[in-house]
Amino acid sequence: MTDHASPQSIRTEAIESLLIEKDLLTADAVDAVIKTYTERVGPMNGAKLVARAWTDPDFKARLLTDATSVVEEYQFEGGQVEKLIVRECTAFDHHVVVCTLCSCYPWAVLGLPPAWYKDPAYRSRIVSEPRQVLAEMGLNLSESTRINVWDSSAEIRYLVLPKRPEGSEALSEAELAEMVTRDAMIGVAQVHLP
Amino acid sequence: MTDQLFLLDGETAPPMANGEIIFEAPWQSRVFGMAQSLSQTGHYQWDEFRAYLIEDIKDWEQQHSAEERGHYPYFDLFLESLTRLLNDKSMVARAEIQSRTSAFAERPHGHDHVHDQGDGHSH
Repeated sequence: MTDHASPQSIRTEAIESLLIEKDLLTADAVDAVIKTYTERVGPMNGAKLVARAWTDPDFKARLLTDATSVVEEYQFEGGQVEKLIVRECTAFDHHVVVCTLCSCYPWAVLGLPPAWYKDPAYRSRIVSEPRQVLAEMGLNLSESTRINVWDSSAEIRYLVLPKRPEGSEALSEAELAEMVTRDAMIGVAQVHLP
Repeated sequence: MTDQLFLLDGETAPPMANGEIIFEAPWQSRVFGMAQSLSQTGHYQWDEFRAYLIEDIKDWEQQHSAEERGHYPYFDLFLESLTRLLNDKSMVARAEIQSRTSAFAERPHGHDHVHDQGDGHSH
């Protein structure tokens, strides 16, 4: 990336260094805002959908058949989802989302896409060798689990409904939502009890 | 510090495509993060920043044809709004920013000082 050479990039860096010198800002605080925005605020919308689907069978049925209209009812900030399809992970089927053409991503339910989602290596390899890529990302699936890779487009976005973790029966919907991560809804991780 | 994040909507909404905010370069998320952080720590009210951004967008639109409108360089204006607000609030003078920018621009070729813009993943 040649970004650091652009005048705006240099000016941004100059401003940040001056603010830090004057004790008005810390780089960590800026990192935290970006991190919060990418990992908490956006994904929380999707996490709410997942937690409700885990606890409400009727809602889950609707989410799996017509996620687009379910999401419309929620009126999430951050723009509309053109068409959203939710795929449910089971003991036999795992789902993972990619955009092989660019970086289409369900922003309204997942917030900003992670940097690796746009990485050409992820975009090509998750299609050709998904089991290997998922293992590299820390998700080891048994050989008997089928891996389905869904390619997003401008028209269709996918959201993965992860498996509800075993032993979570006593947890409330809100507690469950806290555990659902962005990565699990892309399909590169599973949800674990804390 | 709170975790509160401030929304930009209506005329100050960031560029979106198919429901996604578009950061075209790491500096854009950086300047976005700085503006939010300074407001979170009470250096200004978010509405003050928002008013500056509205002004800069209006100015830009007045200087451009109807055809170009709607394609404004959002984060360029965002950066200008932050520069102007920092100057007006006597937090960082514009002249200071200019001289630091010039100094950084003169760094030897190949100097690489890009902040880690990733999110912790390393694939």
